[in-house]
Amino acid sequence: MRYAETGYNLEIDLSRGNIERVQTDPSLTELYLGGLGTNAKILWDRVPPEVEPFAPENLLIFSAGLLCGTPATGCNRTIVSTISPQTMLMAFSMMGGFWAPELKYAGYDKVIFRGKSPDLVYLWIHNDKIELRDASHLRGKGAGETAELIRQELREPHAQVAAIGMAGENRVYFASIEQGRSSASRGGIGAVMGDKGLKAIAVRGTKDVNLARPAEFMELCNEVLKYIKVRNDNPIPGVMPILAGLGSPQEMAVHDEKWHTENFMWGNSRLRRKDFWNKEVAQKWAETLDRMRTRLISCYNCPMKCGATISAPGLPTYMMKCFSKLTYTMAAMSDLEFGLKIAQRATEYGVDAFSAPQVMAFGLELHEAGILTDQDMAGLPADNEDRFYWLLDRIVRREGIGDVLANGTYWAAKQIGKGADAFAHNNIKKHEQLPLKLSMLNPIYFLMYSTGEKINITQIEGQFPQAPFVTREEREEFVKDWFQVPDDKFKQYFLDWEPRGEKSMPFYPTVQMCCDIVDWQEKMHYIDDALGMCAGLSSFPLKPPYHIHNYPKFISAGAGIEMDEAKLTQAAKRYRTLVRAINIRRGMRRKDEKPPENHWKKRFPELEKELLDTYYQFKGWNHEGIPTQESLHALGLDDVGEDFVKRGILAAKADESPSGASPKQ
Amino acid sequence: MGEKKTKTIKTIKIDADKCNGCRACEMICSAFHATPQYSSNNPARSRIRVIREPLKDIYVPVYAGEHAKAECMGRDKYVIDGKEYDECSFCRSSCPSRDAFKEPDSGLPLKCDMCESDPALEKPLCVQWCLVDALTYEEREEEVEEEVRLDDVETGLEALANKYGLDKIMETVARMSVSKKG
Repeated sequence: MRYAETGYNLEIDLSRGNIERVQTDPSLTELYLGGLGTNAKILWDRVPPEVEPFAPENLLIFSAGLLCGTPATGCNRTIVSTISPQTMLMAFSMMGGFWAPELKYAGYDKVIFRGKSPDLVYLWIHNDKIELRDASHLRGKGAGETAELIRQELREPHAQVAAIGMAGENRVYFASIEQGRSSASRGGIGAVMGDKGLKAIAVRGTKDVNLARPAEFMELCNEVLKYIKVRNDNPIPGVMPILAGLGSPQEMAVHDEKWHTENFMWGNSRLRRKDFWNKEVAQKWAETLDRMRTRLISCYNCPMKCGATISAPGLPTYMMKCFSKLTYTMAAMSDLEFGLKIAQRATEYGVDAFSAPQVMAFGLELHEAGILTDQDMAGLPADNEDRFYWLLDRIVRREGIGDVLANGTYWAAKQIGKGADAFAHNNIKKHEQLPLKLSMLNPIYFLMYSTGEKINITQIEGQFPQAPFVTREEREEFVKDWFQVPDDKFKQYFLDWEPRGEKSMPFYPTVQMCCDIVDWQEKMHYIDDALGMCAGLSSFPLKPPYHIHNYPKFISAGAGIEMDEAKLTQAAKRYRTLVRAINIRRGMRRKDEKPPENHWKKRFPELEKELLDTYYQFKGWNHEGIPTQESLHALGLDDVGEDFVKRGILAAKADESPSGASPKQ
Repeated sequence: MGEKKTKTIKTIKIDADKCNGCRACEMICSAFHATPQYSSNNPARSRIRVIREPLKDIYVPVYAGEHAKAECMGRDKYVIDGKEYDECSFCRSSCPSRDAFKEPDSGLPLKCDMCESDPALEKPLCVQWCLVDALTYEEREEEVEEEVRLDDVETGLEALANKYGLDKIMETVARMSVSKKG
């Protein structure tokens, strides 16, 4: 009997319409845990670097995390993995909601798609019954609309549906996959789904999910619930309200947007408006949010209610969470009412709310600069807000200039030429980033922006405060009950961190400390993404209920796989390295690993070089950021090392000779 | 004449306005009732279901009640505060017309038992896991008059007296005893 996991994957060949149910190897669970970990293993084994994102040989994997469907609070994430058409590297994007637990209840850990369907189809999974069904009547329909229609035609009101909208169908490079309130947004995974002719996946499951050691597991769950109550009653003092509590940033609940509107960038990540948030704006936006927000809602088995149903007058009700509340507003230099209204359309189309607003603002900037002519933009309305609606409509249909912009700022700039490159200024590895431009280099963030494979800062940061607290007393107060740290040294790092002087940025935390801090933060995200845990209760907020100390116990008691902190750390390192290996094999090198040139006003090239050199070494990678033979061997990834040698990515080991004789030194 | 007795009435109060639709109640109910306890979970086996339609802002937790052998003849739709609730929304029955409140494999009906346990729990599991207080547990004491139990003869006579009147009964009994003596 398998515990926590179901032990079965679905293999769907969309070219042939073939459906298979395949038992999985439990030893892989022990080595890679599940979710992102086992996804990476599958992509490494089955998708060689020659495979283009839009080739039939590209895989599109939907995975439930290892602990999804167990009583663990907040464990409900689907991890989608494929090769991205925008970055040409591995893309992995997560969504919460209800889909992953439902897949487990249906009896499956993953659904793996290969090939391409000649006609538009959707997949219907109902316990042991799996069908590929005609979706031609759903072509062009919004993601949310599609979900409702599918539930009606199947007469299954309890089915969970993940779907693409028009953007995914038309292979927009920043197309998302939408499911209820949740969105797997980044990396163009929606485009791959559309390319494969897959409109939606509906799932309904009524089977049991088992636990290995129930009493132990439930005690751990009860401790988590208790601590959530404690943290809800005790927000962290000294940080902004958005970062003081648990869950995703409570954008749907909180009215005060001073921090975001005055510190993040408006337009095409261009303009900082330091005095924006005044009494008038505060009042107007509070009134808008109160009027349009119907209810705060949660994902499966989570009390946090980070999301909300939004009912803008005259528009269908939709669901929203987090920073998409402001990204359209700020890109368009408009107000909250505009943002919430256009987001309804964007959500139905299915686009990434970090990329889409910036792409549209980028298009308008180019037009203003004369790089895009009036003819290029023929039909562009005069009104600012109308322009954003017009651009959104063109992009998702790939009409006119929309066809260029639909590839994202990097590729659009290349296609447009005439100096457009300078305007695509907020990318890392060809992918649009959070609209943020700051002053002083933050060494921790430098490493995270440069080396994060998720290519999104919110998916690597979290455990360590973003800035020092002003007084030592405040810092001492903070570390007093900071039991989540893997080691007490992190407390000392934070205690000594000053806003000014010797022990301040960019030279403090020191290079070595930064390696420790980044490694810890990244590790927690990677564990979350294998277990299917929402980062909002784990890797993202300060002092979360899930951490390195209780995670091994959850895995042992839940899945029956003996785990301790060292073994869990090793497992996370193993699949993290595998993700890197996939990207290295696809051509990623050190030169790609850098934040946008203008991300900080004050840059320190020598320090930055030292940071990257030291961090690479710390992770077991060589000067180019390639995992060394030694570190691969230590993780049991010798086959990766061999592949690298075969492809000339790494030199053969010094002591290797065909005859097996020892070398003469 | 009846004695006064105190009875404990257990209620789960449902504040549908506070429900966030997370369905933790479904999950933990099914886990608690698994055999062995907590060894598995399956919301399809839950004794509580959240009627959940986010786009219509409908969030109604409903507890499994009695088993209905047949579905209702007609269907009702409720409109409350402008929201239209589906035909069977508030019904607690395990019924042939729908999946709710029955085991998905055997089809046997399920009924909420307030997590009856020995030793008794402070409150049912659904209430424990609802951190937003959409479900709260209340106990109240009620005084009830204890019904006096009649024996068979009394019950029979009481029925006859109601039908014919006590005078007629007494008359008949007197006549019967006289004729028996003679």
